[in-house]
Amino acid sequence: MNLWKIALRSVQHRRLASGLTALSIGLGVALVVGVMVIHAVVTHTFQRSGEGYDLIIGAKGSRLELVLNTVYHIGKPVGTLPYEYYEEFESGRFAGDVELAVPCCMGGNYQGFRVVGTTPNMFDELPFNRDQISYDVSEFSTEEEREDARRRSQDRFADSKELFAEGKNFGWGDFYSGVVGATVARKTGLKVGDKFRPVHGFEADQGEEHDEFEVVGVLKPTGTANDRALFINIEGFWLIHEHGHFDESLDVLPGEEDAEAQPAEGQTAAEEHDHDHGADAAHADGDHDHEAEASHDNHDHEADSDHDHGTEMAHGDGNHDHDHAAEAGEGHEHEHGRRVTAILIRTDPRRMKRAMDLPKIINQEGEAQAAMPTEEVTRLLEGIVGNIQAVLMVFAVMIVVVAGIGMMVSIYNSMSERRHEIAVMRALGARRTTVMLIILLESILLSLGGGILGLVLGHALIGLLAPTIMEQTGVVVHALQFQAAELILIPGLVFMASIVGYLPAVIAYRTEVADSLSE
Amino acid sequence: MLEIRDVKKSFTQPDGTMLHVLDIEEFRAKAGEQIVIVGHSGCGKTTLLHVIAGISRPDSGKVVIDGWDTAVLSEAERDQFRAAKIGYVFQTFNLLPAFSALENVMIGMAFADGRADRERAEMLLDRVGLSHRLTHKPSQLSVGEQQRVAVARAMANRPKVLLADEPTANVDSGNQQHVIDMLRGSCEQEGVALLLVTHSPEVAKQFDRIERLEEINRVLKSAPT
Repeated sequence: MNLWKIALRSVQHRRLASGLTALSIGLGVALVVGVMVIHAVVTHTFQRSGEGYDLIIGAKGSRLELVLNTVYHIGKPVGTLPYEYYEEFESGRFAGDVELAVPCCMGGNYQGFRVVGTTPNMFDELPFNRDQISYDVSEFSTEEEREDARRRSQDRFADSKELFAEGKNFGWGDFYSGVVGATVARKTGLKVGDKFRPVHGFEADQGEEHDEFEVVGVLKPTGTANDRALFINIEGFWLIHEHGHFDESLDVLPGEEDAEAQPAEGQTAAEEHDHDHGADAAHADGDHDHEAEASHDNHDHEADSDHDHGTEMAHGDGNHDHDHAAEAGEGHEHEHGRRVTAILIRTDPRRMKRAMDLPKIINQEGEAQAAMPTEEVTRLLEGIVGNIQAVLMVFAVMIVVVAGIGMMVSIYNSMSERRHEIAVMRALGARRTTVMLIILLESILLSLGGGILGLVLGHALIGLLAPTIMEQTGVVVHALQFQAAELILIPGLVFMASIVGYLPAVIAYRTEVADSLSE
Repeated sequence: MLEIRDVKKSFTQPDGTMLHVLDIEEFRAKAGEQIVIVGHSGCGKTTLLHVIAGISRPDSGKVVIDGWDTAVLSEAERDQFRAAKIGYVFQTFNLLPAFSALENVMIGMAFADGRADRERAEMLLDRVGLSHRLTHKPSQLSVGEQQRVAVARAMANRPKVLLADEPTANVDSGNQQHVIDMLRGSCEQEGVALLLVTHSPEVAKQFDRIERLEEINRVLKSAPT
């Protein structure tokens, strides 16, 4: 029988007091665990959501708002940019600095979930890290490099399929198609083949319904804000908004008035493009019959429209055969009035210096601003979220400390009734240091018990709240999501137990055997 | 084996005056000898046992047991000595309530050398007729059974001297003789000297050697009657 067992028996003997003491510590530890895990998950989610691109270009305003709106679908857009500005990154003066530019348009929702108009590049190109990005094999001089590039490219496309739980990405010409995030699919029941009608604005049941879109893919859960969004073809987005359905409450879309004021009447949009994925919106007439013709691979196509919203989407991945001359000469006019809410930019790693100067250049100009999501997120996390977490953590630790003091009081109070028991142990040959150690071990056992209880409670609580957290915030948490920082809880509790157990232990140490035996 | 010489013990009273309790010129006991000590209440019987056990240090004199003078040992050394050489049976049994009968016997072993000999503990409990009560807590045992556990615990570390402080005082008459028989039998079996303090003439008369504290304690001799 060792001292641990002797201490354990004493703890067990005072079941109620020990249980309540451990429970109070456990509740404190559960709070600490909750704060740790939730903060880590939120931080990870925030950081992960911005993966795949370096810059977000948007209208002048708050950079943080731009990032929050674009990446996390929080709040309203700070403004919009003309489509021509986006073209600067595709074929204009910034084209050489960026590897990928993906436009985003916002202004609608479906059952409260944000609807984002974008290009297929959002899922074909953006989710992949730089080292997975394919390059035109002709860029490489040796066969080995070319083979490596081919392999990376294959890896990328293999991974691209992994993004979807069901279906696939929408195509360049599938104007009235979209993919839905995992949470959206679960909450709304949308599946591949289903139709949905976005409404104006950012709140459910707020605005007028748009035309129908077809779900062609359901994304796997990502643990990011994308789980709670629907992504539709940007062409479709423009089509539904160009008929005057744009959310008028969004005064952040000033360019729309221009578009409405300057209809390209009578303009013939019959254009031939040497474009792999060229997409033309065919607005047959002004009766809002948004028939969209999907023009797929290598199609030459025509579009005729009273409004003539023929569109050329420039694809920045190098796999598309652009005809920028055509865009500049003819198509460019058709984009007039169209606007984008944000442009996600992946800079060219081969031109690092220029890429680093790009935000400065953009910000110095009057039209737009460039925000680095990682920087803004870090600032947000450190400046606001970090402080909130620190405050919560201080409260949680204080609860543990108060529970520790409660434990000291509990053991201290028990000492008067245990004086005789300690004297008996001493009479049986236990040294002063031995009985002192037994009391310290009791304190440590209570703390450990409380700590383990707290870990279990904390993670069980996270598990219980996980569905609600996911529904309310889109943040995916699991009961068994452990943080490395939790490892310091146990030694921390042992340290605390040694301190709070010291006073009762000293009383045990000072117990006079002869006097106490006669009590 | 046990030798007490010129041992004095006094206590400071709340009013600051000294209360002299013990003044024993000489007291000896041989190995395995069984001695009963009698005396009226407050004559210093328990204090004498505490001094012999090393629980209290005498103000002066020598207490030599098995070659060790406990009067000059440090407190930690006396603790170790007590664990190894002394068995103690209390009037109120003093079993530890959190532990089973078996654990109460083993806990003394743990304090002696850190090792608890479960087999010996079970054998001792079997000897006092409690092999069927090993896992019972003191609160689940009768008074007589509790005192039998206390006897087994006192014998756990193969002591040289077993000190019994009125072991039958709280035991019903039917069990008194049984407790005495167990104590004497256990000490006899293992060659342990027994010093038993009692008020009971019936118990005292069973022993060959009866020491009256009034006769060996000079404090009592000089006290006004």
